[in-house]
Amino acid sequence: MTIKEALFQYTLRQGDTSLILGHRLSEWCGHGPKLEQDIALINIALDLVGQSRSYLEYAARIEDKNRTEDDLAYHRAEREFKNLLLVEQPNGNWGNTIMRSFYYDVFHYLFLHELVKSKDEQIAAIAQKSLKEVTYHLKHNSDWVIRLGDGTEESHVIMQTAADELWMFTGEMFDMDEVDDILMKEGIAPDLKPLHSKWLQKVKDVFTEATLKVPPEDAWMQSGGKLKGIHSEQMGFILSEMQYLPRAYPDATW
Amino acid sequence: MENVTDYTEEQIFQELSNVTDPEIPVLTVTDMGVVRKVDKFGETVRVTITPTYSGCPAMQRIESDIKEHLEKLGFEKVEVVTVLSPAWTTDWLTDVGRKKLEEYGIAPPAEKTTDKSALTGGKKTVRCPQCKSENTKMISQFGSTACKALYQCQDCKEPFDYFKCI
Ligand SMILES: [Zn+2]
Repeated sequence: MTIKEALFQYTLRQGDTSLILGHRLSEWCGHGPKLEQDIALINIALDLVGQSRSYLEYAARIEDKNRTEDDLAYHRAEREFKNLLLVEQPNGNWGNTIMRSFYYDVFHYLFLHELVKSKDEQIAAIAQKSLKEVTYHLKHNSDWVIRLGDGTEESHVIMQTAADELWMFTGEMFDMDEVDDILMKEGIAPDLKPLHSKWLQKVKDVFTEATLKVPPEDAWMQSGGKLKGIHSEQMGFILSEMQYLPRAYPDATW
Repeated sequence: MENVTDYTEEQIFQELSNVTDPEIPVLTVTDMGVVRKVDKFGETVRVTITPTYSGCPAMQRIESDIKEHLEKLGFEKVEVVTVLSPAWTTDWLTDVGRKKLEEYGIAPPAEKTTDKSALTGGKKTVRCPQCKSENTKMISQFGSTACKALYQCQDCKEPFDYFKCI
């Protein structure tokens, strides 16, 4: 694998995770429990879709095959998407949505802190921009985990259930392969291993305040989305909705 | 009317203070600090802009408004380039811009971004743009556009937008 191929894959992985989580959150538009919460999720969705656009625009440039970021978002098939399985999980209830974002935000925040040091200028620039936004995402979702975990008996149960159910998708965030190895040698990508303990510590801190139990660290972890493009059954439904318009009306503009 | 080719880069930059933000029309793109640079090569003008937020839908509009304005002045080749680095910060909002925001009913960013107390839980004062009371509380970190948070004044009870620090 050449550096260029690795960089393309790497950029897709970041772009796809942001895109799919952004899409999932956008499904809340008009359905939030309160107007403020609706607006908050949609703002976060907008940030993520914007970040995804930056990554995919760059991926298209690296690939150099006359594709645009829209082609990559709307005209790739399921197996070509390299997002984390965590972010394609269904919205479920408010607790599931908050917990899914919280697990990812903690990672995203720590990851971007490393990615800003990337020797690839464009990757570093996207990371620098995103980090400012993700700082607010993490704050928002941590607050909600604490508020509901340490809330009523019912909200506590909902949050603990969400924490347990989504846990098996958290290990994948730290998976690495040849793509990472090649780019780590170039100083473009950070090593994800040292991020694991930092991630766990932050999750523990917030869960302690939220009176939630951290699921077992040695639990079995599901992976395959980010490295191989093997997704859960959810992914097809997401793409059929997200890609419907540009596929049905290829010339549509707005 | 003078020949546009006589415009200096500085004068073109000044001209861009006629282009306003589509979502907060009281601010110009230069008040916002979105215009980073103007370069002139012969007949070509290149304007470098930076987005406030990654997903800000106003950026495309700002880009076309800048083009349109300069073309109206007579420039034939206008390029608008978007750069992400250095990332936009509310520190680039000019003092004039801050004043205009408050008069418009949006509280300007309370502190420089080098002070992270707002995020780490420390106290910061956001003044009510209506009655100027400092007795206000945050309703939501996120508001009607990416750049704003929602606040409420505890004295006059008015809800208001706060242009948050990034
Ligand atoms: Zn007031």
